[in-house]
Amino acid sequence: MSNPQIEIQIIAAIVAMACAIPGVFLVLRKMALISDAISHAILPGIVIGFFVTQDLNSPLLILLAALTGVITVFLVEFIQKTGLVKEDTAIGLVFPVLFSIGVILISKNANDVHLDVDAVLLGELAFAPFDRLMVSGADWGPKSLWIMGGILLITISLMVLFFKELKVSTFDAGLSSALGISPVVMHYGLMSVSSITVVGAFDAVGAILVVALMIAPAATAYLLTEDLKKMIGLSLLFGVVSAISGYWVAHFLDASISGSIATTLGVIFLFVYLFAPKKGLIAVLYRQKQQRIEVSLITFLLHLNRHEEESERHINHLQEHINWHVVRARTVLDLAEKNNLVEIKNDIVFLTHKGLTFTEKSLEYIISNKDEKIEPMKEDFFLFRG
Amino acid sequence: MNIQEYFELLWTDYTLRTITLGTAVLGAICGMLGSFAVLRKESLLGDAISHAALPGIALAFLITGAKDSGVLLLGALVSGLVGTFWIRGITSKTHLKSDTALGLILSIFFGFGMLLLTFIQKQPNANQAGLDKYLFGQAATLVESDVQLMIIVTGISLFVMLLFWKEFKILLFDADYTKTLGFNTKFIDVLITFLIVLAIVLGLQTVGVVLMSAILLAPAAAARQWTNSLGTMVLLAAFFGAFSGVFGTAISASQKNLSTGPVIVLVAGVFVLFSFVFSPKRGLLFREIRFRKNRTDLKLMKTLQFMYGIAQEHENISHPHAIRILNNFQGFTKGSLKKLENEGWIALEGQQWAMTPEGFKQAQEMYNQKAGNE
Repeated sequence: MSNPQIEIQIIAAIVAMACAIPGVFLVLRKMALISDAISHAILPGIVIGFFVTQDLNSPLLILLAALTGVITVFLVEFIQKTGLVKEDTAIGLVFPVLFSIGVILISKNANDVHLDVDAVLLGELAFAPFDRLMVSGADWGPKSLWIMGGILLITISLMVLFFKELKVSTFDAGLSSALGISPVVMHYGLMSVSSITVVGAFDAVGAILVVALMIAPAATAYLLTEDLKKMIGLSLLFGVVSAISGYWVAHFLDASISGSIATTLGVIFLFVYLFAPKKGLIAVLYRQKQQRIEVSLITFLLHLNRHEEESERHINHLQEHINWHVVRARTVLDLAEKNNLVEIKNDIVFLTHKGLTFTEKSLEYIISNKDEKIEPMKEDFFLFRG
Repeated sequence: MNIQEYFELLWTDYTLRTITLGTAVLGAICGMLGSFAVLRKESLLGDAISHAALPGIALAFLITGAKDSGVLLLGALVSGLVGTFWIRGITSKTHLKSDTALGLILSIFFGFGMLLLTFIQKQPNANQAGLDKYLFGQAATLVESDVQLMIIVTGISLFVMLLFWKEFKILLFDADYTKTLGFNTKFIDVLITFLIVLAIVLGLQTVGVVLMSAILLAPAAAARQWTNSLGTMVLLAAFFGAFSGVFGTAISASQKNLSTGPVIVLVAGVFVLFSFVFSPKRGLLFREIRFRKNRTDLKLMKTLQFMYGIAQEHENISHPHAIRILNNFQGFTKGSLKKLENEGWIALEGQQWAMTPEGFKQAQEMYNQKAGNE
């Protein structure tokens, strides 16, 4: 590995971490799309800032552009408050217009601005190591490393300082204002940090992939845990892993680094989405199937409990009486037998003593509208689940 | 070439006519179907779909090597649909909310698309230059066959929309009721979504994946301000969309290196701004005017009430009083007194005012009205 290669990976990892932290809170606050709006809307800010400062890495430019981001949030909220359109339409109207202004500014001033439209979408991570910070003739490393490192440091220290406040205002806005923590201040604080991060990362990974770096790690982590601290930790991990592996994928394919970082994030998300132990697609589908069978089982037991006459309980007639498919009837009957809830004598189904207790208890809960209590009861009665 | 020349050339120049017709049709279909997206509160789904279409374009090119826009758009359609249904899957099967799902799919698919595009650019068969236009749109690349495709698809969508008009409308406003009536809501839902994806994919070449969603939203959001009827809204949105398409293309063609997408978005944005401010019923301007008028009316009535209170204490209701005694009531001005006089409710004479019988009656009735309301 050459020196610039290491530097690119470090920058990518730092960008990913700086994005992941505000991303977690945006996802939890159901404001993930605000990051999309901000990342597009800062473009005119960056272009105008560049006209003023003539330096893409100037801190003034970052502040100017971040201000555009916060203004966007204001604008979206203003349009929302007029009640003319719904919130999502407000977001969808504001950022394309601002982004269009930015793109037009760039293409009209293509000769003066050291920015092209491709760089806006993809960033220039590959060139980041060539823009060095020189202090009195000494080489202090790439400029963007310092900038993103600074932003990351600020983000982390703000998060540590205001962790409790952030947590309360995220999960219970009412409680937080009752405790004297203004949700508005927390909201705009978070928006400002997000804007600054987006602007800083924009240079490296471009307008749209910033969104991937913010949302994807947080969303993936959210499928695995419900603990805020663990979620932040996992997001940081996913961010760094995909930043570094994304770099190598891009290296082998000779393609865009930021594109492959986003793709890696997507692959990780897909994997977790399918296989997460509790919240993953497979686990959810399995649980839904299990519950379907168990509900059928309870219906079946109630039917047995209700009917004394043998004709209603003959094994060959179950299908007709409860109107089930053959396969489903077989599964339910097997499950009931395996759990010793019923016994079959001469093809007639009888409730066992255990089955009777279970049925009566369930019935009681169903009548008194406490269906949710059946679930823990299953733990006591069932040897095998559906 | 300036804009005037552009429109003069329109009648003679074949290419310009093709492009203009294409963007007009595109704007119309987007406005039409965008109305449904806006009313279904799925405005940002369009954004996600258009970004999600990018990898489809790149993959279609990688697999077939064709630059024919029909094949590429088919790829875009497939990948747009995959993105849409993955979003549905995430929101229905996990606890992630729709905003997260949209942002996630949008950025990841787009990232994957950019990965493929940059990969294609490095490939030796260098006829890939055309793919860039799908980012910000280049209406100038529209050829006759593209426009034909657009017209056919628009025609089919229009036909389907008219055929299922009742179903679309009822699902839009009361989904539960639709289900109880026995309609197959899932089918109608998928049909609307499919049409929206189709409209987005159709516009990718002209407007580009990045800004496509705005063309879908903006005409519909503007049209919404002028009417409460779905039919009128769809028609208006189609008109706004077509106009933004034609005008945006004209502006971008008359300037050097200006992509069509951003210009069309800005033109549509102007429509939205105009509608937000000047729409007679919902617009901000008339709302403010109504608000002010109500406030002055209220003040006038309050003054009259106060006078009524004073006049009541005298036998002769038209007994003159000094204006001075109104001073501890802070709600009158010279103007408002003048207005009351014009209405014939009071008579002013020098520094004195007197209530007329009409004014007395008016104030009395106001009380009755109030009592009636309570």
